[in-house]
Amino acid sequence: MSMQVILAQALLGLNVGVFYAMLSLGLAVIFGLLNIINFAHGAMYMLGAFIALIGYSLLEQWFGISLQIGFWASLLVAPVIVGILGVLIERLMLKRLYELDHIYGLLLTFGITLILQGLFANYFNVSGTPYPGQPEALSGVVNLGFMYFPTYRLFAIVFSLVVCFATWWVIEHTKLGSRLRAGVENPDLTQAFGLNVPLMVTLTFAFGAGLAGLAGVLAAPIYSVSPLMGADLIIVVFAVVVIGGMGSIMGAILSGLALGLVEGLTKVFYPPAASTVIFFLMVLVLLFRPAGLFGKEK
Amino acid sequence: MTNRILFVLMLVAGLTAPLFAYPVFVMDLLCFALFACAFNLLLGYAGLLSFGHAAFFGGAAYITGYVTKEWGFTPLLGILAGAGFAMVLGAAFGFLAIRRQGIYFAMVTLALAQIIYFLALQMPFTGGENGLQGIPRGHLFGLIDLNNSLTMYYFVFAIFVIGFGIIYRTINSPFGEVLQAIRENESRALSLGYDVDHFKLLAFVISATLAGLAGATKAIIFQFAALTSAHWQTSGEVILMTLVGGLGTVFGPVVGAILVGALSHELSAFGSWVQVILGTIFVVCVMVFRRGIIGELQRLVSRKQG
Repeated sequence: MSMQVILAQALLGLNVGVFYAMLSLGLAVIFGLLNIINFAHGAMYMLGAFIALIGYSLLEQWFGISLQIGFWASLLVAPVIVGILGVLIERLMLKRLYELDHIYGLLLTFGITLILQGLFANYFNVSGTPYPGQPEALSGVVNLGFMYFPTYRLFAIVFSLVVCFATWWVIEHTKLGSRLRAGVENPDLTQAFGLNVPLMVTLTFAFGAGLAGLAGVLAAPIYSVSPLMGADLIIVVFAVVVIGGMGSIMGAILSGLALGLVEGLTKVFYPPAASTVIFFLMVLVLLFRPAGLFGKEK
Repeated sequence: MTNRILFVLMLVAGLTAPLFAYPVFVMDLLCFALFACAFNLLLGYAGLLSFGHAAFFGGAAYITGYVTKEWGFTPLLGILAGAGFAMVLGAAFGFLAIRRQGIYFAMVTLALAQIIYFLALQMPFTGGENGLQGIPRGHLFGLIDLNNSLTMYYFVFAIFVIGFGIIYRTINSPFGEVLQAIRENESRALSLGYDVDHFKLLAFVISATLAGLAGATKAIIFQFAALTSAHWQTSGEVILMTLVGGLGTVFGPVVGAILVGALSHELSAFGSWVQVILGTIFVVCVMVFRRGIIGELQRLVSRKQG
């Protein structure tokens, strides 16, 4: 097997990995402050992709608005819309469940997933609709020296990495981040110091949701946009989160990237196992390091 | 006392159901009811949310289908083989999943179940997306022809009653009491000297086995092991059934399975709207109806008495 094939698959794997990283980062940020797992994270990723698709090609046909939201604008518009949906979900529903067992949060967001998925399945083909709005500047391929790689995919990798590490930096190295970490550590005490913890919770949930929406927009030109695109992904991301442990932000990012890479390389060496390799790695981690690679057991 | 009356009512309803309903449809509901009861044993009594029970339900269906079709097992033996497979799988999954708690437990079971789903999709004997077809109903004990749908019905009803009985006995045993103690306060149960992990694992295995029993029976009824039985959406459906009927109540899952099953059947013409409606019921249940139908009824009765 030539080195080129392996490198190519590794890069494609990294491309999947950045989506895992963005989603598991969002899950980890939300889990840190709210102690719930957002099952709807996959549905929000799907929603992001659909907002980009509808904004580009269906606004006139559906709503009679002669406006086209291009790819670059979608990168801003979709996360904002998904974030607003996140605010609504948190304020109207999740907020009332904090006193209860955390599994109710999971069940609620599972119900929301079914609703979102079902709604889009009514209007769009389950096998997927291609997103036509990939910008001209990002079409074609770039010569990386050892291979030609699609420009758009390279852009998606770099862009996602920047977003992930910027998030990490904000949380670990800014005043805002230190307040957030205080809220994670001890919400009651943080509130007593005069910080508005409920608002922080809402905005954190909205931010995590927006991150999922952003990942959806980035994924739209690569994969076809389909109502089921988030559901299949989110279960893998759950396994990523179990492997990484949700104790650290950097852990969530790194395990996402690494597992995408592993999945990509499995495609080269033993293709049938590509869809299950992450789950088997999860089994190994549970056997030998149950708290996860970067995890602290709560 | 109330339970005894309800049990007799359920028996009468079950025995007479073929008189006024389509037997195959009722058999389908019975399988889901048993599946939900098995799931409830775990979530309702031990407080463990498994998001991967479709693996046992669907996995057992494939094994039963394979051994009856390819190896000529009789239906009863085939069903036992399916349930036995679910038991072994349950032991393995349970062993791994109880290493994490709460929300992680749910994620681990979901991810493990996805392995079974992909195996069902990719292994050579499973028929991929079409599922395993042409499973023979065969003859019970080599004598009684199960192709007659009424005979089949009473066979399935007997399996349901046995499965339900096992769950009822489990809940109302010292073992069941310990499970509920773990659900209420795990650290206290541990400090009282109970080997918590041991109890959790055993509960998981019993639940998985009975979920497998339900799935195996379904494969014989429909002569078909469907890929959707192993899909995570099936795991979600069984949660919904249990939640609607009443978490941690004896008859709740049965009521929930009948309601959700009948609803999905009635609405099947509406395509994806079914999903939207089920999702909405899910949200409503979690927000304002967490006791479920039987749970709310019990509360009303006890309030009247108190």
